[in-house]
Amino acid sequence: MDLLLVLGIPLLATLLLALPLTRRVGAELNAGMSFASFLAVSWLTLRVARGGPMLLWHEQFYVDPFNAFLVELTAFVGFTTAVFSRPYMRTEEHHGRLTPRRKRLYHSMYQLFMASMFVALLTNNMGLLWVAMEGATLSTVLLVSLFRTKASLEAAWKYFILCGVGIAQALFGTLLLYFAAEQTLGRQGMTALLWTHLYAVKADLEPTVLALAFVFLLVGYGTKVGLAPLHNWLPDAHAEGPAPVSAVLSGLLLNVALYAVIRCKVLVEGSIGSVLPGRILMGFGLLSALLGAFFLWRQRDIKRLFAYSSIEHMGIITFAFGLGGPIANFAALLHMTVHSLTKSSLFFTAGHAAQTAGTQRMDGIRGLAAINPAIGWSLMLGSIAILGMPPFGIFASEFLILTTAVHEHPWAAPLLLIALGVAFGGIFIKVQPMIFGDGRAPRLPHSPALLPVFVHLALALTLGIYIPPTLAACYNAAANLIG
Amino acid sequence: MLKSHLAAQLLNLLAAGLLLISFAMLSRRRTQRLITLFAWQGSILFLSTCLVAYDASLTELYYSAALTLIMKVITLPWILHRLMRRLGAQWDSEPLVNIPATMLVGLVLVIFAFGLAEPISMLATTITRHTIGIALAVILLSFLMMITRRKAVTVVIGFLAMENGLFFAATSATYGMPMVIELGIALDLLVAVFILGIFFFQIHEQFDSLDLHHLETLRED
Repeated sequence: MDLLLVLGIPLLATLLLALPLTRRVGAELNAGMSFASFLAVSWLTLRVARGGPMLLWHEQFYVDPFNAFLVELTAFVGFTTAVFSRPYMRTEEHHGRLTPRRKRLYHSMYQLFMASMFVALLTNNMGLLWVAMEGATLSTVLLVSLFRTKASLEAAWKYFILCGVGIAQALFGTLLLYFAAEQTLGRQGMTALLWTHLYAVKADLEPTVLALAFVFLLVGYGTKVGLAPLHNWLPDAHAEGPAPVSAVLSGLLLNVALYAVIRCKVLVEGSIGSVLPGRILMGFGLLSALLGAFFLWRQRDIKRLFAYSSIEHMGIITFAFGLGGPIANFAALLHMTVHSLTKSSLFFTAGHAAQTAGTQRMDGIRGLAAINPAIGWSLMLGSIAILGMPPFGIFASEFLILTTAVHEHPWAAPLLLIALGVAFGGIFIKVQPMIFGDGRAPRLPHSPALLPVFVHLALALTLGIYIPPTLAACYNAAANLIG
Repeated sequence: MLKSHLAAQLLNLLAAGLLLISFAMLSRRRTQRLITLFAWQGSILFLSTCLVAYDASLTELYYSAALTLIMKVITLPWILHRLMRRLGAQWDSEPLVNIPATMLVGLVLVIFAFGLAEPISMLATTITRHTIGIALAVILLSFLMMITRRKAVTVVIGFLAMENGLFFAATSATYGMPMVIELGIALDLLVAVFILGIFFFQIHEQFDSLDLHHLETLRED
């Protein structure tokens, strides 16, 4: 029943918001429905936190600590982004970049995107996971090109083709997984692709096939995570889409894609009985972290800057999952949570800052603290949080990852430190002049929604100091599962 | 036994046809022809799936064959043709540089595909196990087509052909994915083409053509 609500509310909202008669209250309805989803998801995760993992709907859906916290996070950020997007989209409409029809498309597709992410996270079926991931891509293509500028069309095309090709690789990987499952479990139709069934027999799955499958799955879902060198679509899509879309892409979709990779990794590692998948993840992770950090320096667009920072952070998380072990996994899960909160809040602020200055180019954004102190300071705080300054949560997770790396793979620690240092300098130098100094700009026609920003940052701060026992238990259980 | 032997032979023949069409696609200039070739690829897929279903007596596969017929032979080519007409692009052709070189790369890809498929073919128990290499080759050739083409529509046809290759791989290796998954994939594909249709109009409106060189201004900097 609760699952029906979790999946039904966003789907119902997709339909409702597509109707012309909800046009006037679209933004409010969008936020309201997102809040309803959030409540439904919280109810579901609470049950899992109390009663442990559960299988639902003929085992087609599975909620365990690993996806429970992610789905909660997704629903929460989905709700706050919907709150933020109300004044943001109104301002864009005021500036003539958006028509009521496109706004309707935006609201409807936003809910569809949320629904497909919920399915991707909650499903137990690796095939359904693929279908939902593809659905998440499809529902956001038209959102990236929402403003219909030349650059946004190009970004959306690139996003569609690269992720489309990537996800086709993942389909082939899923096919190989099914092939291996059929060898072991026999021809069972729907149940052969169930993750729980595969997990139970993971040691008996054919290692050669699974190794091959992992390569395809990693390349496929890795494209969506934005792992270098498959990251090309990411900065463009983040920079050219509207700010709320960048926030959910960066804060949520990347997490969901990484979640898919990790689910596959658990199976493959169990089958081939070596650390090879972990090593591959470490390699991709380090490369992404370094590349993201160095490319930060060359950015002139504020949203591209934070997009590259996302590549860097996803790299760090992937690296941590590659390290494995309870501590690194715990840190990776924590980092996923805090990065998602912080990065989406940064995209909210970046969106408002760009609207205030009338440009996304960083040399055009000056003196935010003088023009609108709230925006200026939230950008400052957000940047400090994303750079991993204590006491924000990213510090805690990066510290754990670094110490584990020093302990287990000393060669990797300096590389990781270089990435962190370079990213630190890059963001700090670029953000500072945007906040301080003189600046003059007209007031925004609709007052910005900064409450979500501060709520996100407060949560990121809290998680750096105190992790609630329920959440910590969740992380620990998930970390043990991932191994 | 005789029946099975004949079916296997026929399947190999069909698979060869599939590979041939992939090569033909690499060298076709006219969009219209490409859509026709895509429809042919779909029909071969339909026939081979029917044959496998008959040989292995699997009713489920008949459904998936029917789905192929409806989606890939009728609906998608029809949508594409219609789109081309609406955009006034049905007689478009694109200059292709260096067809022989592309063909040679294609040949290398085929050899690579067979090498990659070897371990899977060894393990498979289906009568179609020898065609997994061909399925993989079709995927890679479609990929090559997507890279070498400069028109949005052709890139999309390449994308759809790649999906055909994936579908063929699924029937060859495991007698098809579970039905629900196949329905999901078909739905995704339909939505994808629908969205791309909208997208073509947007691109056409902005740039007055579907040439991809307009879409190469965003760079890493």
